[in-house]
Amino acid sequence: MGYPYSHDLEVGTLLSRHFGNEKARTLEGWKELGGYATLPKALEMDPDAITEVVKNSGLRGRGGAGFPTGVKWSFMPKEPSGAHYLCCNADESEPGAFKDREILRWVPHLLIEGCLIAARAIRAEHVYIYVRGEFFPFSAILRDAVVEAYEDGYVGQNILGSGWNCDVTVHLGAGAYIAGEETGLMSSLMGGRAEPWIKPPFPAQSGAFGRPTTVNNVETLAAVPMILAEGADWYRQWGTEKSPGTKLWCCSGHLERPGTYELPLGVNLRDVIYEVCGGAPDGKKIKAVIPGGSSTAMLTAEELDCSGCYEGMAEAGSALGTASPIVMNEDTNIVQAMRRIAQFYAHESCGQCVQCREGTSWTAKILHRIEEGDGTVEDIDTLYHLCEQMTGRTICPLADSVVFPLLSSLDKFRDEYDALIKR
Amino acid sequence: MTDTGDQVKKPLHPAAASSQAFQVADIRPTERLFDDPEGRDRLEKVLSRYPEKRAALLPMLGYAQERNGWVSDESMAEIAGALDLTPAYVRSVTTFYTMYNRHPVGRHLIQVCTCISCHLDEADEVFERFLSETGTRAGEISEDGRYTVIEAECLGACGFATAVQVNDRYFENVTPEKVPAILDELD
Repeated sequence: MGYPYSHDLEVGTLLSRHFGNEKARTLEGWKELGGYATLPKALEMDPDAITEVVKNSGLRGRGGAGFPTGVKWSFMPKEPSGAHYLCCNADESEPGAFKDREILRWVPHLLIEGCLIAARAIRAEHVYIYVRGEFFPFSAILRDAVVEAYEDGYVGQNILGSGWNCDVTVHLGAGAYIAGEETGLMSSLMGGRAEPWIKPPFPAQSGAFGRPTTVNNVETLAAVPMILAEGADWYRQWGTEKSPGTKLWCCSGHLERPGTYELPLGVNLRDVIYEVCGGAPDGKKIKAVIPGGSSTAMLTAEELDCSGCYEGMAEAGSALGTASPIVMNEDTNIVQAMRRIAQFYAHESCGQCVQCREGTSWTAKILHRIEEGDGTVEDIDTLYHLCEQMTGRTICPLADSVVFPLLSSLDKFRDEYDALIKR
Repeated sequence: MTDTGDQVKKPLHPAAASSQAFQVADIRPTERLFDDPEGRDRLEKVLSRYPEKRAALLPMLGYAQERNGWVSDESMAEIAGALDLTPAYVRSVTTFYTMYNRHPVGRHLIQVCTCISCHLDEADEVFERFLSETGTRAGEISEDGRYTVIEAECLGACGFATAVQVNDRYFENVTPEKVPAILDELD
């Protein structure tokens, strides 16, 4: 079931089955619910066979980029010449996204089991679960679960008598959105500013501590145990050919029933907004939806009939991102909303790249000026020019993240900008 | 709904040494971090989790704030010494992250999320209400030392707008009307 609501369209049997059930938080309760049943199987399998199952399942990264997980794992060296690491990205901080926190706080052992199976597949000896600092209540639940797993022999030395050793450490961030970018995360983990680095070298060649590393999102890793238990074909009964499986949709903004829902990929976005979440409260009409978290292109209410999967959202001119629709009703001032989004990215730019550091802050300033009624027609041209300069010219995609919503708002809601400028 | 990050009373497991809450009301101001067994124990346990000393930096900055409520120049210098880093490097990292307080704050650090989903709710009004109820301006410590109110970027509770973090706790679905009751609940 979703949290705090549920809906008939949901596939509530996978990730979200035990959301809301406090029993699932303890090792004892979790085992009663059937937890840790897949790890013994993984320990008997050849690591590459695990990767093969995940590859065949078509599971794609749930952190936003949608890269095929099994393929990512297969980049790791097969003959380790030293330590390998797995980093679990729990730095959930994309505005609109609040799905990983539900996994952390309701089913921490599901995540731990997923981490261990992934670590086994990529021959990692240590898993670092990097949780955003603000998530204290949720990282505490995860941390206690990890300690319990150590005490019961699921983590640490000679796991379940298999002779295999793997450590798990919960590591807290300290308030930096950019630590959610995989190289930024590793910079931060290593005790640095969370500055992304240019790839190559790719993490699988030289990642955390200069060693081969895989970085996977919480939701991705949490899906691994059931894929391994039930098989790739089982997982493919949901979703589309190119986007198999289920996805946690976290819906916020002007909605009757905001929350996290587990829905099959390929679900119609309009159904998510109107059927599952009940549309906007108080009988208001919906003006715009940012479908995949604040870094994706806005859609108008007329554009919502699209397939909620990686390829479907791309066809619609936006992106699935983290499947985090932010819904704005008819009363929303689009320029103000866009200014608030730009302000976020200006605050979170790490400052390495000029295009991003200057581009995001000037975008926010210009939008603020327009919002206050002091904008000029030239400001619109400047915004378009900034978008051009910020796209694809930086180390990481943070600058692009403000361009997608900004360009779409200019293209689709130009009348709102013009009205404020003419005022 | 409110979750609290209660600390386990048994000896700290090394796997948990890098994930202790570092925004807490219960601070124990201390002149030096590593002069007592607790500080040395934390350092040792954190160091045991990483192949490089430098990786202990964020956990130890967190530890300084957990004890003192903020990260002072003295703490940064002490951590730099313990990890073989320069004080300048430690400062460059500390100031990169928003959660390390570079000045003392009130016993209850109240962070109101005003990012997009909370903004679409009533975040701006909630923020103003916290300021007026505590009689402070943003970032100030209230006269009784109890509160500091600031705006926060996305707290990751978008479906439960407006989200407010007070030290290590989350308050969700906060409306301006609920602000006085939240303040009453804090000692």
